[in-house]
Amino acid sequence: MTTIARPAASALRRPSGLSTWYTDGWATTKRNLIKIKRVPDVLVFTTLQPIMFVLLFTYVYEGVIDIPGISYTEFIMAGIFAQTIVFGSTWSGSAMAQDLKNGIIDRFRTLPISHSAVLIGRTNGDLVINSLSMVVMIVTGLVVGWRITTSLWEGLAGVALLLLFGYAFSWVMAFLGMSVRSPEVINNAAFIILFPLTFLSNAFVPADTLPEPLQTFAEYNPVSALVQSARELFGNVPPGMPEPEVWPQQYPIAATLIGIALMLIVFVPLSIRKFGRVSTRS
Amino acid sequence: MPRFYRALWAPLSMSEGRVTVEDMAFIEARGLVKRYHVRKAPPVEALAGVDLSVEQGTVRALLGPNGAGKTTAVKVFTTLLVPDEGTATIGGVDVVRRGDEVRPIIGVSGQYAAVDEDLTGFENLDMVGRLYHFPARESRRRAHELIEAFELSEAQNRPVKGFSGGMRRRIDLAGAIFSKPEVLFLDEPTTGLDPRSRIGMWEIIQGLVSEGTTVFLTTQYLEEADRLADAISVIDGGRVIAEGTADELKAQVGGQQIELTVVDPGDAELVLAVLARHGASEPRTSDDGRTLTVGVTEGPRALESTLAELNAAGVRMHDAGMRRPTLDDVFLRLTGHMAETDAAADQPAHERAGAGS
Repeated sequence: MTTIARPAASALRRPSGLSTWYTDGWATTKRNLIKIKRVPDVLVFTTLQPIMFVLLFTYVYEGVIDIPGISYTEFIMAGIFAQTIVFGSTWSGSAMAQDLKNGIIDRFRTLPISHSAVLIGRTNGDLVINSLSMVVMIVTGLVVGWRITTSLWEGLAGVALLLLFGYAFSWVMAFLGMSVRSPEVINNAAFIILFPLTFLSNAFVPADTLPEPLQTFAEYNPVSALVQSARELFGNVPPGMPEPEVWPQQYPIAATLIGIALMLIVFVPLSIRKFGRVSTRS
Repeated sequence: MPRFYRALWAPLSMSEGRVTVEDMAFIEARGLVKRYHVRKAPPVEALAGVDLSVEQGTVRALLGPNGAGKTTAVKVFTTLLVPDEGTATIGGVDVVRRGDEVRPIIGVSGQYAAVDEDLTGFENLDMVGRLYHFPARESRRRAHELIEAFELSEAQNRPVKGFSGGMRRRIDLAGAIFSKPEVLFLDEPTTGLDPRSRIGMWEIIQGLVSEGTTVFLTTQYLEEADRLADAISVIDGGRVIAEGTADELKAQVGGQQIELTVVDPGDAELVLAVLARHGASEPRTSDDGRTLTVGVTEGPRALESTLAELNAAGVRMHDAGMRRPTLDDVFLRLTGHMAETDAAADQPAHERAGAGS
């Protein structure tokens, strides 16, 4: 086996700093892109599920829920965007837990790479998944009668804000995935935590229709701020809606940006630190 | 000069900053202790003061049963775990404080093949190559080279999901030696493999060794340690309890052994008495009570007189002969219990009593 001979030292280029960080991040992102292509679950979740949600919500509830001054389809789209994005960010949680379970994190941790590289690749993967979902949802929404009534730029800003929120949330989930260590638990937790988080918001009904304690929760729920931002930027705010009384609803874009910043400031360092300490239990 | 400033303009070269003390071995551990904290129980010492030193270019086997601390030791050396006490160095570089300098020169293949199921064999290796900072073309070339060398050509473009256990291990090992590391850590490289894959794996490892790579492997197979390693460290209960070449360890048990298998287990008592008279060590009975062994100094003569005596007593035997002691004998002698190489050994260690193998 002469082909696995010892190295010439020069064969190993040892770049440093920023270029390493970039190539490491790209190598792990590429891995996650290949997985999106190959894993049927991800593809279904990314493309079919958003279509299903748009169709279900618009046709099932349209006749029942009456939002004054606007069609329910127009009202609901921002909510479906937000919900899909938040759920799309849970892939990082289950993927990190899975990598930890089958030893891949051990492999990565013994390579000469920065601790952030694998996490960057993973959260980038979620960003791509969410971007695909956004495109699918926008097209489906347009087909069923949803319109952006503001400008192209405001529309794009709305899309960017949704994706940014999802990206930040991916870091939260990545941290949880490494802490919980079980892909199954993470998937179940996504149901138990994220369904209330998205339903106890203004995503599907105006918050003021909720009973009192839930209404307060919904008003300060970051998902509500995100949904309200999207509605404003897409021009889907019902004209008859009363002036909101709480600041996250009065300044939803600022509130959403603060939420995104907080998630990143707290969970990027936490996740990187965690990554440097976890190892497969065997 | 603080490392931070130095790193700004001159990335550390591989050899720079390495201590070359004459009496320091290439891989060295002193007093390693690692405790695992179990809820509502006293902490378990996976490593209870491990000392090891391995010379460059040699193969060392860490031999022990499940839960002995083998994996924990490998994880400390490969920067995955921080020990509670003690130091570990590779090439004089502290693996805890300067892990960044250790990682470029080591290759690791863990207990379970750490490959991405959804990627093909080639994609897995190419990703590892890129993460070792090979330029794109160089990485692809090396990945193809390894796939050829490890006879994985027919599987290189299929997702790993469909690979056999042996093929996964080979992809994993190919990843571990991608950058031609100076030291290769192999944690139970053949556990769970069928006999044919195991022999294939041994041949690959022997090929690497012949090229001068320092190899540190763990195993619970005595035969594997005997075949691959220059020296063996026997570990049990988080401590190295014996060290030496396979022959040296065997010599500890006594040079040769007489082994007799009787037809009627009822004769065992009589045979034991005869063996005790002619042997140099305490005779032993197998679990089924039919095979009896004793260490002897003058083998052929002792065998001859033993057989003569048993013939005269009318004891019938299935088998009678002399053999060199196996490492199983060594293990039993050193630890007082047999090495676990049976089905129980295939369970993940954390499901067993005494977490952390």
